[in-house]
Amino acid sequence: MTQLLYLICGGLLLSSVMVLWRRELSAIVRLLVVQGVLLGALALVLAGRLDSVELVVVAIGVVALKAVLVPRILRRVLRDGNEARETEPLVNVTASIVAAAFLILLAYAASRPLVRLSPSAETQAVPVGLAMVLLGFFVLVTRRRALSQIVGFLLLDNGIAATAFLITGGVPGIVELAVSLDVLLVVLVLQVLTARLRTTFGGTDIDELRELHD
Amino acid sequence: MSTLGVVVQVVLLIVVAPYLVGVMRQVRARLEGRAGAGAGQPWRDLRKLFRKEPMSPAGSSWVFVAAPAVLVASTLVIAAVSPFVATVSPLDGVADLFAVVALLLLGTVALALAGLDTGTAFGGMGASREMTVAALAEPTILLAGFALSARVGSTNLSAIVERGQQSPGAVLSPATLLAAVALAVVVVAEAGRLPVDNPSTHLELTMIHEAMVLEYAGRDLALVEFASALRLTVLLGLWANLFLPWGVATTASAPALLLGVVAFVAKVAVLGAVLAAGEVFMAKLRLFRVPELLAGSFLFGVLAVSSSFFLA
Repeated sequence: MTQLLYLICGGLLLSSVMVLWRRELSAIVRLLVVQGVLLGALALVLAGRLDSVELVVVAIGVVALKAVLVPRILRRVLRDGNEARETEPLVNVTASIVAAAFLILLAYAASRPLVRLSPSAETQAVPVGLAMVLLGFFVLVTRRRALSQIVGFLLLDNGIAATAFLITGGVPGIVELAVSLDVLLVVLVLQVLTARLRTTFGGTDIDELRELHD
Repeated sequence: MSTLGVVVQVVLLIVVAPYLVGVMRQVRARLEGRAGAGAGQPWRDLRKLFRKEPMSPAGSSWVFVAAPAVLVASTLVIAAVSPFVATVSPLDGVADLFAVVALLLLGTVALALAGLDTGTAFGGMGASREMTVAALAEPTILLAGFALSARVGSTNLSAIVERGQQSPGAVLSPATLLAAVALAVVVVAEAGRLPVDNPSTHLELTMIHEAMVLEYAGRDLALVEFASALRLTVLLGLWANLFLPWGVATTASAPALLLGVVAFVAKVAVLGAVLAAGEVFMAKLRLFRVPELLAGSFLFGVLAVSSSFFLA
């Protein structure tokens, strides 16, 4: 069981890193689907370990939202736009992969005190969640396409969810519901924003957003 | 008795290596809708080339003549010491992961020097590219090897393989899986297969390995071709036995050795077929994108090492 938990955590980390590696935005959306499924699997495994029915419901909700609904919205954004690739990240791919290695080591170093508080199988894997959060921030900072920004935000959210699952066995159901709805709303709002950006500037390079207009 | 294992292993690898290349070409041909030349074609080519007289370009030195021999010899040493068929061997002490990596690099450097020695534009270009790829692949091999040996507490290949046989569940741990991905990328790069290098092209803009060996002819060319087939077999065999260690003989008895031979041939044939089938759907990466691929595999190596310590 512990083996399965660690395997899922390894998969989560791998899919987050692959987001930095791949350039095709459609491949990145596919990676997010994989990550949503893995997150649901993580919740299921924890439900088995903690004997909690609530977590099973949460797992189903996570898969429905993060592996089905949000990717569908992202695909629609992708289809409407004409940008299939992240052409010019501010930091090139090779450098961002090396940076990702450092961020992951940083996550391990930073979560040492947390792990020491209660060394169990779940808390051992907390660095994975933190690393996902850091990688999400990194994508947000260095990528320029609006869709990549949404991807970075989702990565960040997945990281927070994974950390919550691993530390406390999931937040209460009502909070989980609120957060999920929030994520959905944010993605929808960003989708509208992306469409507006495209009609105004003809592209979704966020560097164009230098000043406010009325 | 345990020397028998070494002899069986070396003979097996020598016989199997050209057939592996033949099988891979055949798989590719069938998937592309061609009839193919059959799995025995590389051996027929080698027999023809071995009968022809070698030629050296004017002005080339002994480096050019010695390189094929060094390449074949260093690969044969790996074939003798690594646990391909049996883990018990009188050469056990030499079967160190880092020694094997160093031997592989020795062959690469010998061939690159020969490419430079000819003084042609292509030779130098191929050598510089090969060294770039090797320099980028080396850190990944060391990191992935470190991740594998951290669990066992030894860099001895036989120890790693035996440990893998004793605890089959460990193969599914994140550290091992990440190391497997990292090493797979490196195996593809070191063996000069797609998407890093295309073994069937002689287009000057893309070739790496072929550019270095353009000046070889006759017996020397046969040695170089044979050595590259042997390297491919050795790399695939090492990967297979590190991550799928089942069937490798742990005693030197005849039935165990026979099982080891069958398991090795099956594993390498399946891996080769998978690699060839994958190549059909893949285009060669632009040379300037290769560092990206290898940086990715380096990251997998880092992740493997970190998770072997933190998620163990």
